[in-house]
Amino acid sequence: MNDMRILERSVGIKEVKISARGCQVYYGDNHAIKDVDIDIEDKTVTAFIGPSGCGKSTFLRCLNRMNDTIDIARVEGTILLDGEDIYDPKVDPVQLRAKVGMVFQKPNPFPKSIYDNIAYGPRIHGLARNKADLDEIVEKSLRRGAIWDEVKDRLDAPGTGLSGGQQQRLCIARAIATEPEVLLMDEPCSALDPIATAQVEELIDELRESYSVVIVTHSMQQAARVSQKTAFFHLGHLVEYGETGHIFTNPSDPRTESYITGRIG
Amino acid sequence: MTDLSANQPRRGAPAGRTGGSLYATDARTRRRNAAEKRFRLYGMVAVAIGVAFVIALLSVILLNGTGAFQQSFVTAPVYLDPAKLDKKGARDIEDIKKVSTFGYSPLIDEALQTMLAERGIDSTFEKPKEYRALLSASAAAQVRDYVIANPGRIGETVEFRLLASSRVDGYLKGRVTRDSIARDKNISAAHLDLADAMVAAGMLRKGFNWAFITGADASESRPEQAGMGVSMLGSLFMMLVVLGLSLPIGVAASIYLEEFAPKNRFTDLIEVNISNLAAVPSIVFGILGLAVFIQFAHLPQSAPLVGGLVLTLMTLPTIIISTRAALKAVPPSIRDAALGVGASKMQSVFHHVLPLAMPGILTGTIIGLAQALGETAPLLLIGMVGYIASNYPQGIGSGFLDPNSAMPAQIYEWAKRADPAYYERAWGGIIILLLFLMTMNIIAILLRRRFERRW
Ligand SMILES: Nc1ncnc2c1ncn2[C@@H]1O[C@H](COP(=O)(O)OP(=O)(O)OP(=O)(O)O)[C@@H](O)[C@H]1O
Ligand SMILES: [Mg+2]
Repeated sequence: MNDMRILERSVGIKEVKISARGCQVYYGDNHAIKDVDIDIEDKTVTAFIGPSGCGKSTFLRCLNRMNDTIDIARVEGTILLDGEDIYDPKVDPVQLRAKVGMVFQKPNPFPKSIYDNIAYGPRIHGLARNKADLDEIVEKSLRRGAIWDEVKDRLDAPGTGLSGGQQQRLCIARAIATEPEVLLMDEPCSALDPIATAQVEELIDELRESYSVVIVTHSMQQAARVSQKTAFFHLGHLVEYGETGHIFTNPSDPRTESYITGRIG
Repeated sequence: MTDLSANQPRRGAPAGRTGGSLYATDARTRRRNAAEKRFRLYGMVAVAIGVAFVIALLSVILLNGTGAFQQSFVTAPVYLDPAKLDKKGARDIEDIKKVSTFGYSPLIDEALQTMLAERGIDSTFEKPKEYRALLSASAAAQVRDYVIANPGRIGETVEFRLLASSRVDGYLKGRVTRDSIARDKNISAAHLDLADAMVAAGMLRKGFNWAFITGADASESRPEQAGMGVSMLGSLFMMLVVLGLSLPIGVAASIYLEEFAPKNRFTDLIEVNISNLAAVPSIVFGILGLAVFIQFAHLPQSAPLVGGLVLTLMTLPTIIISTRAALKAVPPSIRDAALGVGASKMQSVFHHVLPLAMPGILTGTIIGLAQALGETAPLLLIGMVGYIASNYPQGIGSGFLDPNSAMPAQIYEWAKRADPAYYERAWGGIIILLLFLMTMNIIAILLRRRFERRW
């Protein structure tokens, strides 16, 4: 009882960063996201869990309008970022994506040098005034992406020449180089070994101090370790959303319970 | 499972999947291996047939065409007689120009006669004029041009390297024989005897035929003088038009269609139409060009500009299709990555997609250009065939606008002519055309290598 109160208090002061109401996503006739309402808080790590194909990635991609690039995808409902509707016709998705960065499910480095992979975002957003600035951003981002030591001697080597796990960390470093306010991570650790996973989790924890982080994961342990809030998706529905501790110890929906205990998935 | 193998008699390789030794191949595997072996054999046969065709083609072309790169020349000192070339003796260039090539021919005849006499070569000819069949009709013009350029040398004896006539040239190359000239009124057996003697004396010799590469087309009766140079320029100007128009238009259209255009019925219709255009016979583009560019827009006939425009129409679908294929082949995750860090659509296309698609685009463009370079049919309809381009264009503008021919059209024209000497030139022209195409393909491969990157 006592623990819960403390948790509630610490969560209570957080403000809402993203707020979705009545969100629906259709891929042609396939209704992939059904009526999702969610408030994602600032300076919080929110985990999306759920069985494969339940729409975690789809909903994540709604939050920075990456679904715009899929012709057959249609998004309905409202999604507010800091109280502003991101699907408003006045909103330029390019500007939105500078604020809401993304790490994709499959590592997708540019077929350019490691340096250019990181420097590309800051360059197009004009974040660096000169070469030294840019060098600093690149180093800082690679360090935070827990990959600096491995690549510091070969920044000119192609990013595509790295191993899968290194590529994923490169993509994480690339996403944080542009200093987004929200970072969406779609299974960032699925290709990583335990050491790199621990490093990325450390990074996520650190990012929480200034950003809002949304992470999709298939690992219950990871969700329990890094997140403060957890959302459980099932067949396109947001079944349950709440404190991570609460979801994992005392889920209110039977579907959540069976998923967490390994009976559906 | 184990029951099954237990029931089966164990003889050599056991049938079925279970329990067999890895050292023995079972029937299924054997059948699959046999199928693979057969398929490999078909493949090798197909490749061998292809290679055989290429070798046959190349050897026929080389056999027939190399002759065109050799030409026979007669070296003769010609006395530039002032009494005939400049009667007034004032060395006035206008007076000298008044003497036509007819005035020069006798000088050359005499030169040959005296030279042969000096070397002790007998001939049965009575009149000096009879020597004329040994030399090209262009010899007099060559001497006249020299005199007009150097009037000061009138009165001297100058050594000239004069083109032998096409019959003599053919005799040296083995194309013309004593049998084949039996009914030829241009040349007699006596001339061939003389040619033999001149070869022995070193006065008549084959040399590399630069004029074939640099020269202009000649009249029907002077195959020895005809060259590809001017039609090569015609092709060059045409290709400049094609490259300058079809590359930017084609690439821009493909990028728009592939990356920006909404996917709806209308764009589907456009897509179908572009694919259909690629299959339209080139002669159709020719008649379209005739109707639109010449009859409607009144652009000059036979001009490389018009040829280039027609070929652009023809090349565009090829470039658009290959460019779109190259853009499609770029993994969508790269576009996502760029958009994900906040790049605009345009930035993602130009910074990331286009560089990756570049090798494909360049290859497609060069294949399109090569196709256009070898195209003859549309040129028939806009009058670039049959035009005897005897002059080099004066400059860039006239290169685009003056009537000209193109390499394949020139070859077609030569092949049409009756004289077998032209037939040889047609083959020679084909060698040059193929060299151009090969160069373009090599450039395509090099560019591909240069731009290719892994992802
Ligand atoms: N580009 C697309 N086009 C059409 N349907 C899609 C597309 N992407 C996803 N879907 C469909 O939407 C539904 C949700 O897919 P989504 O990728 O969001 O699942 P997910 O929860 O991320 O699964 P996973 O854990 O396997 O990544 C699935 O039924 C899928 O078939
Ligand atoms: Mg997913």
